[in-house]
Amino acid sequence: MKKQNKKIKKELTVEQKISRRNFISFTSFAVLAAGAFEGWRWLYKSPNEVAGITAGAHAPLRRALNKTEIFFRRIAFSENHLVKTYPKSMAAKHVRVNSDIGVEAKKKFDPATWKLQVNKKGGEVLQISLQELMALPKTEIIYDFKCVEGWDQISHWAGVKFSDFIKHYQLDDYAKMQYVGMETPDKAYYVGLDMPSAMHPQTLLAYEMNDKLLPLQNGAPLRLIIPVKYGIKNLKRIGTINFSNIRPKDYWAEQGYDYYSGL
Amino acid sequence: MYGLQLKDRCINIFVPMKAIKEKHSLAMRWCHWVNFPILTIMIWSGMLIYWANDEYSITIFGHTFFRFFPDWFYNTLKIPFRLSEGMAFHFLFMWFFTLNGIFYILYTTISGEWRELAPKKNSFKEAWQVLLHDLHIRKTAPPQNKYNAAQRIAYTAIIIMGIGSVITGLAIYKPVQFYYLTWLCGGYHFARILHFALTLGYVFFFVIHIVQVILAGWGNFSSVISGFEVVNENLHPAIEAPQPVAETHQPIINAENEDEKAE
Repeated sequence: MKKQNKKIKKELTVEQKISRRNFISFTSFAVLAAGAFEGWRWLYKSPNEVAGITAGAHAPLRRALNKTEIFFRRIAFSENHLVKTYPKSMAAKHVRVNSDIGVEAKKKFDPATWKLQVNKKGGEVLQISLQELMALPKTEIIYDFKCVEGWDQISHWAGVKFSDFIKHYQLDDYAKMQYVGMETPDKAYYVGLDMPSAMHPQTLLAYEMNDKLLPLQNGAPLRLIIPVKYGIKNLKRIGTINFSNIRPKDYWAEQGYDYYSGL
Repeated sequence: MYGLQLKDRCINIFVPMKAIKEKHSLAMRWCHWVNFPILTIMIWSGMLIYWANDEYSITIFGHTFFRFFPDWFYNTLKIPFRLSEGMAFHFLFMWFFTLNGIFYILYTTISGEWRELAPKKNSFKEAWQVLLHDLHIRKTAPPQNKYNAAQRIAYTAIIIMGIGSVITGLAIYKPVQFYYLTWLCGGYHFARILHFALTLGYVFFFVIHIVQVILAGWGNFSSVISGFEVVNENLHPAIEAPQPVAETHQPIINAENEDEKAE
């Protein structure tokens, strides 16, 4: 008998219900809030990734950047998506120079003796002069150049489409690899590009700006214009080009920036 | 009649009768409290990004009233030189912000709770009356359900702003792949301005929201954690019936109902 009585639940009074529900909800709230705070502290204080091809970012954030890259490449990237182009009249006369890493004025550099080097398999190096490149079909683009810092400027460039360049020099097998790496002649600045972005129809090896040969501070004699990437990937003064199935080294990816940096 | 008869035999005690009034569903509370820290992190990391090109100011007829942001503000919050870190945080928490927002919109739509939230035909007129009442200019506030007209507008606007932040955000994040969103936002340059302006909107909302929450008092605040509010039903007499309860239980309820009608 006694046992049965115990089992019968008394209905709670309103007061009891109030305090009971308050207790449950406020306790859960406090526990969840503490958990969220601890989670944030863990993330905020998480150590940087082990320095390699990428460096300088919190390890978990780097993982997130890489996963996010894969997601957006899968759902969004298409070489049919073209960057918007503008009439020539809208192109800036004074093109912003934001960085001189690898093209510093004090460094000795003679554009006349420059040759583009393409590293092929087995140590073979293709040497190409500017005149040879200028003999290839010329492609112009006037588009809104976008800097990772947040500014943008409509500018006018011309040169050889990277995909035309690949075809002309019969590098098609190399273009089947996953990445292209480019470096300045002094190796101070370097970028790594995923092949689909490099082969995008608006990616240029540019030698002209505003209908004139490139000024030195804008990357003479040959620079990369890759409108599907932030400015940090638009290497000035290309010295060598490599192909690889693993990510080539990238200057800003070593400083905590997203490797992909695609637009 | 019946009620009167009963009252003769019972003791009427006119004490405030506490009752639980359900107010916020669990999903609602979850979304609210998950959004709060996420939005804070998004605004903070957004400022780390904005700093790299802090070109916005309030300038009217050539006179700059305010520059976003003054140096003391940047330095106090330790914002300078953290662009890459800001981007890494921003592009992780954007997922949580968006998913929480999608969940909220789906929930309010499917549950029908949107009916309490969406502005009605007369809401815009009523919101003005609510404002006058809140400012102690008008004595009475228009009748309301869960939310008053001003709240309906504010809580719907904030959701539209959230959608706006995601769209303008995607428009500047992937302006080539989501070119149609960039077009929709009036171009890359303008999309960044909108994205920034919406953030100012959140800060403005937050300030008003906090003031209103403080003015509304503890019970209102507590309900966003517990889900219910305690209301006093002191207009109805609590009736202590003679024993045994079981037999007189039914008539007592009737009596209460009759009292209510009489009022």
